[in-house]
Amino acid sequence: MAELSNQLMALTVLAYLAAMVCYAAEYAFGRSSHIGRAATRELVGAGGPPIKQPAPAPVEKSRWVGRSAVVLNLIGLALHLGTTVSRGIAAERMPWGNMYEYILSATLVGAAVWAGVLIRKPAVRHLGLLVSLILVVLLGAAALVAYTPVGPLVPALNSYWFIFHVSTIIISSGIFLLGAVPAAMFLIKDGWDSGKRGFPYTLGRRVGDAGSLERLTFRLHAFAFPLFTFGALIAGPLWAEASWGRYWGWDPKEVWAFISWIVYAAYLHARATPSVKRTTATWIAIIGFVTMLMNLFGVNLFFEGLHSYA
Amino acid sequence: MTVVEDRPTTAGAPPPKRPNPVLALLRNSWRQLTSMRTALILLFLLAVAAVPGSIFPQRGVNRENVSEYFAANPKLAPILDRFFAFDVYASPWFAAIYLLLFTSLIGCVVPRLRDHFRALTTVPPDAPKRLERLPHHADGGRRPEEPAAVAAEIAKRLRRRRFRTRVRETPDGWTVAAEKGYLKETGNLLFHFAMLAVLVGVGFGQWYGWHANRLLIAGEDQGFCNAVTQHDESVLGPRVDASDLPNFCLWMTGFDSTFQENGIPRSFRANVRVSEDGGAYRATSFSVNDPLRLSGANINLIGQGYAPVLRYTDRFGATQEKVVAFLPTDNMLTSEGVVQFPDVNIDPATNTRDPELQMGFEGVYLPTGGDDGSALSKYPAEDNPVLYLAAYRGDLGLDSGKPGSVYALNRDQIQDGDLEKISGERPYVLRPGEKWTLDDGTTLEFVGTRRFATISIRYDPTQFLMLVGAVLGLAGLMLSLSVHRRRVWFRVVPADGGSAVEAGGLPRTDYAGFGDEFAALTRHIKEGTP
Ligand code: HEM
Repeated sequence: MAELSNQLMALTVLAYLAAMVCYAAEYAFGRSSHIGRAATRELVGAGGPPIKQPAPAPVEKSRWVGRSAVVLNLIGLALHLGTTVSRGIAAERMPWGNMYEYILSATLVGAAVWAGVLIRKPAVRHLGLLVSLILVVLLGAAALVAYTPVGPLVPALNSYWFIFHVSTIIISSGIFLLGAVPAAMFLIKDGWDSGKRGFPYTLGRRVGDAGSLERLTFRLHAFAFPLFTFGALIAGPLWAEASWGRYWGWDPKEVWAFISWIVYAAYLHARATPSVKRTTATWIAIIGFVTMLMNLFGVNLFFEGLHSYA
Repeated sequence: MTVVEDRPTTAGAPPPKRPNPVLALLRNSWRQLTSMRTALILLFLLAVAAVPGSIFPQRGVNRENVSEYFAANPKLAPILDRFFAFDVYASPWFAAIYLLLFTSLIGCVVPRLRDHFRALTTVPPDAPKRLERLPHHADGGRRPEEPAAVAAEIAKRLRRRRFRTRVRETPDGWTVAAEKGYLKETGNLLFHFAMLAVLVGVGFGQWYGWHANRLLIAGEDQGFCNAVTQHDESVLGPRVDASDLPNFCLWMTGFDSTFQENGIPRSFRANVRVSEDGGAYRATSFSVNDPLRLSGANINLIGQGYAPVLRYTDRFGATQEKVVAFLPTDNMLTSEGVVQFPDVNIDPATNTRDPELQMGFEGVYLPTGGDDGSALSKYPAEDNPVLYLAAYRGDLGLDSGKPGSVYALNRDQIQDGDLEKISGERPYVLRPGEKWTLDDGTTLEFVGTRRFATISIRYDPTQFLMLVGAVLGLAGLMLSLSVHRRRVWFRVVPADGGSAVEAGGLPRTDYAGFGDEFAALTRHIKEGTP
């Protein structure tokens, strides 16, 4: 089972990689893409200057490339689920016992929510490039630096709080991680719209409407924030009290969860303050993403703490 | 998300005629401090200020790591210490930030509470003159009934959807004004007040709480009663007196542990007998994640290890037995420690102690020793227990009055030659039951081992209230993020013997779904569907 899980892991990364290539290819076909055509239609409908329709051949081609990207992405998700489930079966417990499994599960949540967003709003398909890039990088890093052989839980993790605490943090982290994608894209698109023409703003040329990216960013963060609050600031301290006797002890993992929480609270504040620009607010969300990564990798690798899955 | 002003305007407060510069400055500072921008900056500062606490070892988390850091960086550490780098969360600058945030929070939410209360007690305002100017607008169709009846019917429908509704008669017809989503602000305020409560709770918990650590070796003779003198380390809050500690006594009857094949622990459990307030002893147990909850104190299992039992027989035939905890140095429970016998070799004839003849033993205990003679344990359970010891004779230096470690011999005494190593270069190997005869004919017997547990004893009076606060806060947060405040108006005017209906809608918060809700609402009202 453990062996199977490892093989599925390799396949998962390959599938996401292939999806990434297809997303990139679709992107490269530019205007003929789904979004491009929508934009063209709109312009024509709005009585804009007549726009030369692109030749039909690339349209077909890019549509197929785009569809195969989605299909590969979904295959990747299925393999990802398989990797995680087989890992859990091999270990005879929830697959959240160490850093490797933690990243595996958090990215699975991110990928699943992404699939949900993709199905409900096909127009955001262009985000797939960045999503699959992040998935490939995180999973690759998990497999290379954080791999841990299958084993049972150490006694400190053997508690029902484990389920509450870790599952909510994994789900919210996955959504926060995914939320960084529309956030980054919004910043790129906004830069493009305001006349910036260097890289990476050129990526924004063919992206849909900046406002809807920003709203998607907010909705993902607003959904993840209370979950994270529960996982990190209620279930975590409850468990810490039962396990270590104190509900909060400024252990490095606790410190970084606190930092992420404060930064995301600052994001929600910034977004609710009319005098703060939406771009500034979104930058705060990006900083939140960086603090999450720090907690996911940095704290485990650099600092010594009580959290056993370090 | 709400389109709020930077701060609620203090309505109706006319500017003072001749502003006193000091008052004006104060007022401006207060306004600055309680603005959303300042709250943002303070939140950021708090996040940044928390970072060094994860980089440098913290005294509140692990004292030993701080000492190690000092030893490794003798130049840098004292300078860092001056800036509280090892006490970040108790430092004045950290406190300054959160106290400012705390003040800002109060200054921000108290006026909002007042405004919200006012909003809750006022009726939805009348419809604007031109509904078609609102972000959402719909033609509500025609009805054969009278305007008053139509308005009443619309109001009834809106109330059923839990809108706060007000019907007004105007010169040209009737209007229905309705508003919904007050829970958003209620939730938001609940959340911020809960934050305040949690912050206050942390403070009280530190004032009125206490905690202590104790290393507890199995055996009735090794039990203890809860008192500062019997703790290895205790920290009492400023409002706690040593005599306030709850009265209980505890001894460990046994310690169960199981390990996986690779040595990673599977389970631990400490079995104890406890007596509270002088009552009878009762048997109970606790483990990791399952603390022993006594009245006024919680006991958590935070560590464990082995304590060798050693019996020394001196040159006059007197015997002394000691149990000493050896501290684990790795996951396989390779453990280090010392046994000191200061009161031995006392001549019964003169009854005087020769300070040159005190005995000390230092060494390593391996629960499972290997065949290769390596000084590292192979497995944490006692499969092949072996004790490696070196013997020292001389003045242990215990009487100097200087506090020394109980886990190491006094290095100064060894360096000065006052304490002399009398065993060979290689440590002596002892297995349980074996006896070691030293050069002067005295003997040391390795009787066996007992288990020990390190326990944390802790009491925090506000813990439970803080949990309540945090849960309420979370509920408030969820309301605040999921509820949306919105207004709708209907105007019903007479037309062709019946009525004509017109509707307008205004989302008061950034609410993408309002368009759909408004469309559905007006359609239902137009078509008369429920
Ligand atoms: C302890 C520090 C604070 C934390 C952790 C915090 C957290 C939050 C969070 C998470 C939200 C989002 C809820 C939502 O958007 O509905 C929020 C909203 C809000 N906060 Fe704070 N806050 C803090 C301090 C303050 C302070 C000092 C002020 C006043 C200046 C303030 C004013 C507001 C306002 C007006 C909103 C409403 C925004 C809206 O309508 O959506 N907060 N706060």
